[in-house]
Amino acid sequence: MIIEVEALERRFKAVKAVDGLTFAIPAGAAVGYIGANGAGKSTTIKMLTGILKPTAGRARTCGLEPLRHRRQLARRIGVVFGQRSQLWWDLPLRDSYRALAAIHRLDRAAAGRRLDELADRLDLGEFLGTPVRQLSLGQRIRGEVAAALLHSPELLILDEPTIGLDVLSKERLRVFLTEQRELHGTSLLLATHDMGDVHRLTGRILVVDHGRLAFDGTLAQLAGHVGAERIVVLDLAEPAPDLTGVPGTRFIGAEAGGLRQRLAFAPGSSTVAAVLAAVAERAQVHDLTIEEPDIEAVVRRLYLLGSAS
Amino acid sequence: MASPYLTLVALRMRSQTAYRGSFAIEVAASLGATATGFAELYVIFANVPVLGGLDFDAALLVFALGHIAFSLADLVVGHLDTLPNYLRAGTLDAFLLRPLPVLAQLITDDLSLRRLGRTAAGSVIAGVALARTAPGWSVANAGLVALTIVSGAAIFAAIFVSAAAVQFWMVDGAEFTSSFVYGGSYAAQFPTSIYTAPLRVLFTFVVPAAFTAYLPVLTLLGLPGPFPSWTGWCTPVAAAGAWAVALLGWRTGLRHYTGTGS
Amino acid sequence: MPVWGTLVGLGFRRWSAYRTAAFAGAFTNTVFGLIRAAVVLATVGVAGGTLAGYDARSVATYVWLGQALIGPVHLGAWTDLAQRIRTGDIAVDLARPVDPMLAYLAADLGRAAFLFLPRGLPPLAVGAFVTGLSLPATPLPYLLGLVSAVLAVGVSFGCRWLLSLSAFWLLDLRGPTTLYLVLTAVLTGLAVPVHWFPPWLATLADATPFPSMLQAPIDILSGRITGGAAVAGLGVQAAWLAGLLAAGSLIFRFGARRLVVQGG
Repeated sequence: MIIEVEALERRFKAVKAVDGLTFAIPAGAAVGYIGANGAGKSTTIKMLTGILKPTAGRARTCGLEPLRHRRQLARRIGVVFGQRSQLWWDLPLRDSYRALAAIHRLDRAAAGRRLDELADRLDLGEFLGTPVRQLSLGQRIRGEVAAALLHSPELLILDEPTIGLDVLSKERLRVFLTEQRELHGTSLLLATHDMGDVHRLTGRILVVDHGRLAFDGTLAQLAGHVGAERIVVLDLAEPAPDLTGVPGTRFIGAEAGGLRQRLAFAPGSSTVAAVLAAVAERAQVHDLTIEEPDIEAVVRRLYLLGSAS
Repeated sequence: MASPYLTLVALRMRSQTAYRGSFAIEVAASLGATATGFAELYVIFANVPVLGGLDFDAALLVFALGHIAFSLADLVVGHLDTLPNYLRAGTLDAFLLRPLPVLAQLITDDLSLRRLGRTAAGSVIAGVALARTAPGWSVANAGLVALTIVSGAAIFAAIFVSAAAVQFWMVDGAEFTSSFVYGGSYAAQFPTSIYTAPLRVLFTFVVPAAFTAYLPVLTLLGLPGPFPSWTGWCTPVAAAGAWAVALLGWRTGLRHYTGTGS
Repeated sequence: MPVWGTLVGLGFRRWSAYRTAAFAGAFTNTVFGLIRAAVVLATVGVAGGTLAGYDARSVATYVWLGQALIGPVHLGAWTDLAQRIRTGDIAVDLARPVDPMLAYLAADLGRAAFLFLPRGLPPLAVGAFVTGLSLPATPLPYLLGLVSAVLAVGVSFGCRWLLSLSAFWLLDLRGPTTLYLVLTAVLTGLAVPVHWFPPWLATLADATPFPSMLQAPIDILSGRITGGAAVAGLGVQAAWLAGLLAAGSLIFRFGARRLVVQGG
């Protein structure tokens, strides 16, 4: 188990930010940790990484007690806080890696090779010489991810890595993370409230709400449970009859005399590619967008189901 | 594989000296405190021949030695009084996630070379004051001056660290704690003998400013003082005590921080 | 002119949000007051009990009044305006139908009014307890002293305004700011009374507005100068205030024109 959490609890004065969490994540897994803002995601991560002491319960990361073995743990994990920087603000990006390589006491040649790999995959090359404060948000986050991975950690923890990123930057980051996992078998814990991240990156998801575990399972199970459907919005070249009966989908409605149509599907029952292929037999698709389910809505529905049962 | 600290320090230095014009202005700006302190002594000694048992040259020597020590401490740990900024920006969390001691990372994060301007100005004044007080050249005297500067810098650095540690509890209290830091350095500019008894105790045993210049200068110049002459050699002892308190306070403060996460 | 009253009130309320900061500032002023009082008391002691008209109690009073006035008068750096000039936000101020300088002055008076008691009382209370204070027993010096303190805030504002205006032409204000800090620390009489200055330095100080920021209100509040001399002191302060505001207004207009012409 790369992460083990037992009856973990954290109180801030009267408020229980984390309230009796128990879960375990095996090494090599990729897990999405989702919840609305303020649900307790960041608090959990702080306890897992040793920068916050639990009020009660137990956490183990890489088999270590995080608070007591914080520095030892720091060599084995990489952490990215989307809204906080671990880079040296006023120095060129490259210098941050120099500093981190020194801090982790990496062998110079090995660190150089690793940086080359990361820079290549994350397209850092063009701005390695730019001071961090001048980077765009997308560039900076890529820089942050590379910084967290420089010492080849066993476990990568990302806290809202795509918040505020444009579509292209998000996609680029997701592709990179998938690839890194395939190459190095890095375990991944991804805290987010972006369902798109979860779809692309993780097999299993934990939903936390008010500090408690509201769901633990696969995305398909979650979708089956609360109907967390994705919606494909199809803009057609010419008006077409309603696209009902596409396998694995549910027709929602048409606009503009059939020029724009919406289909919903559960992540387990179909894929965007399959839907597109099926539709292409019946109409010419001009453009398409995907509407991810809103995390707040998913959690709300989970909560309603939970209190009803 | 060089020490990680050397790499960190080298990177900081490079960024500071990258903009030469701005760096020169900062060096010059650091001389402001020297000018103010010197002017104050100058005006006082324009009116009276001695203050607290010291004449102008001896008082200048106290001022200069304290000034050098403080500027060196300020150079190394002066940015610690902005600890709340580090807390707010999340930089401290980033430090906690790295495999090096937090205090060491914090110190190497911002060595302010610009403060060397003040060190240089203090050295010039100390040189002139030494020439005029003429304690005589001997290994013992040279050793006492060197020991005083190094240990005095350590004392002020320890005060900076202690003050920063308190800020883990009082995030909005930077000004309270810095009044001890800067008040201590201001108090060290004058002969401790001018203070009332409670302040003398405060600046000798609690915030050991008296050890950074006044007591060693008495010993160096063979002047009578409140304590036996050998106490002038005790600056390293005071520094060790100050650092023991500082490190204990820092550890407790950091533990408080990870305990509350605020 | 209700608008100026409103602006003063806004300045007051804006600052009352910083009560902790005001208390911390008063604490710092008190700590430094203890050290400064020891220094000047030792000096008067060596001089034989009196020096330039100060005895032990009156020189201590001088220190504590000075420490009480530092906050309201604002001896030190002021970055608000320079920041707005640098970011171009000053354009917003230019677009308002009030004179920017007078609006800032009104806000500064509000700030001073708020800080007057929280920054002023603690040092004076500690001073009364530790060294004793010698304050006048009649109401007139307090009345004149209040006028003098308000003028001192104005003079200080005028100097800070002029210093900040250099941001129209300079990118980096640290050089001028440092020079200004040294001059205020020495020439206002903050550390050592201007009356102790050797002649050349006293002449230099009197040729600047700095003594009008601190030495003048202290002299009047403590009753060191009374009657016609006190009124003359107020006259000097008022003259400096008028001169500084005239220069400030003129230079601001040049700077603003530069901003408008060059677009920042």
